[in-house]
Amino acid sequence: MSLPQTARTTFAVDRFERPSAVAFIGGFLALALVIWSFSGSELSAEKLIRGIPYMGNILSRMFPPDLSRIEQIFWSLATTFQMAVSGCVLGLILSFPLAILAADGLSPHPIVRTLARGLIAFFRTVPDLIWALFFVIAVGLGPAAGVLALMIDTIGYAGRFFAEAMEETDKGPREALSTIGASKTGLIFSAVVPNAMPSFIATSLFCVEKATRASVVLGLVGAGGIGVELKVAFDLFDYDTALTIILAVFALVVAVEQIGGWLRRRII
Amino acid sequence: MTSSPATGSLPTGAPAPVIAIDSLRKSFGPRTIIEKLDLSVPAGESLALIGANGTGKSTLLRMIVRLAEADQGRLSVLGETVGDLSGSALKRFRARVGVVFQKHNLVARLSALSNVVHGVQARRSGPRTWAQSLAPAAVRDEAMACLEAVGLADKALQRADSLSGGQSQRVAIARMLMQRPELVLADEPDASLDPRAGREIMELLCRLTRDKGLTLVFVSHHMAHALRFSDRIVGLGGGTVALDRRAGHCTEAELAAFFEEPGDGAEPQEEPARAPATVFA
Repeated sequence: MSLPQTARTTFAVDRFERPSAVAFIGGFLALALVIWSFSGSELSAEKLIRGIPYMGNILSRMFPPDLSRIEQIFWSLATTFQMAVSGCVLGLILSFPLAILAADGLSPHPIVRTLARGLIAFFRTVPDLIWALFFVIAVGLGPAAGVLALMIDTIGYAGRFFAEAMEETDKGPREALSTIGASKTGLIFSAVVPNAMPSFIATSLFCVEKATRASVVLGLVGAGGIGVELKVAFDLFDYDTALTIILAVFALVVAVEQIGGWLRRRII
Repeated sequence: MTSSPATGSLPTGAPAPVIAIDSLRKSFGPRTIIEKLDLSVPAGESLALIGANGTGKSTLLRMIVRLAEADQGRLSVLGETVGDLSGSALKRFRARVGVVFQKHNLVARLSALSNVVHGVQARRSGPRTWAQSLAPAAVRDEAMACLEAVGLADKALQRADSLSGGQSQRVAIARMLMQRPELVLADEPDASLDPRAGREIMELLCRLTRDKGLTLVFVSHHMAHALRFSDRIVGLGGGTVALDRRAGHCTEAELAAFFEEPGDGAEPQEEPARAPATVFA
């Protein structure tokens, strides 16, 4: 009986907080941004409904996948994987010294560090497709352009993660080595690199996976590999061959991801 | 003071002290840790540094190898004025001083032997000093001899992170021996170990330095260790040397009393002051 009364307190709190003027304006602007974005996308229910038969049409023309060019597709896929691996390896090799220059506490000078970080960030923020277009113009159509684009893309990604991995290593051994009178390179290769190795391996494997996915798309702009085949198949309305290519790409990406994941678990 | 006055290492017959500290001062922000410290350590002496937390023991060791900068005063070690050193001169100086850390500071993913090989970086550089697999035969042999001296030759290829606390501190001592130091500093080498392992580490460190005639300065919170393993006990408190006794003329009760005397400035339970020296402490 008396319980409800004692349970009542005079310190009632509001269920919702009244938004501040800034929060209110912020929310309003966010909503406006979403509406404005959709208005520009020309997406409408009518278009979607009109599109369904066409989608059905494409899908029906895709089935069954055409296996007549399977050998050619296999070799293109192999080229794609070659591009991914070589671009990735070049990128990983180059990102290592760049990461040292970019790492806090290892970089020779703050200006060098800022420049190295800026370069890595630039490589990362420009999309790989743009790099591919650039290298197609520079070195011509073919896998070489793709390899260079993947190399730059890998530096942008691995450079950052390598630098972070090195910054996060235990400070104790570094201090011990510097009190021994070790040189900076001695310190990096004796104390920092061994401790950052699991991170390096994980990042490198992830870069191979990422490069494999990216290498497929790069072919669309003429940078070699299976992407070229895919573009030709679509351009010739050869949808059943396109499906074979898509399935082959899917198999490759899944295989690389599975093997990468397995290796990561084994090594680390 | 049992030895000659702190400074003035002029050739007056007696050999120059290994460490000569004159009016040293050090503060962290508004807190003055060391007010005015004079100390002289002759060659071959084993000196125990005691004092409550925050009295600047670790900071003093760090200043000796210039991991921390003194605000004022003169610090002369192995004939070098520490404050004047920089670049390669500082590296050469540090190579002559062996430091044993409380946290051992081994490279966890490398073998015990590789960690010991790193000690050779005191006198040579290049890829052949990075790991035992790359090291020249002579360096490897010396590193194995150092591991043998600490009783761990059978664990040479075991990874550092798989060793027990006592074993990894032994590896750290072997690395210090590999350095061929002229002076050894040890910051609570017996802390973070169980009583038996702690005592064994102190016995080992004391025996090895004594056999080679090296000067040893160690910090310890174990009064029994200070009494047993040193020739001289120096207590820091109130920013200066508050106690300086021959170990043979001192009892554990006297040392315990030193921590109780508020007048000596041994500020008990003053944890925050340890913060700036975390890695070393």
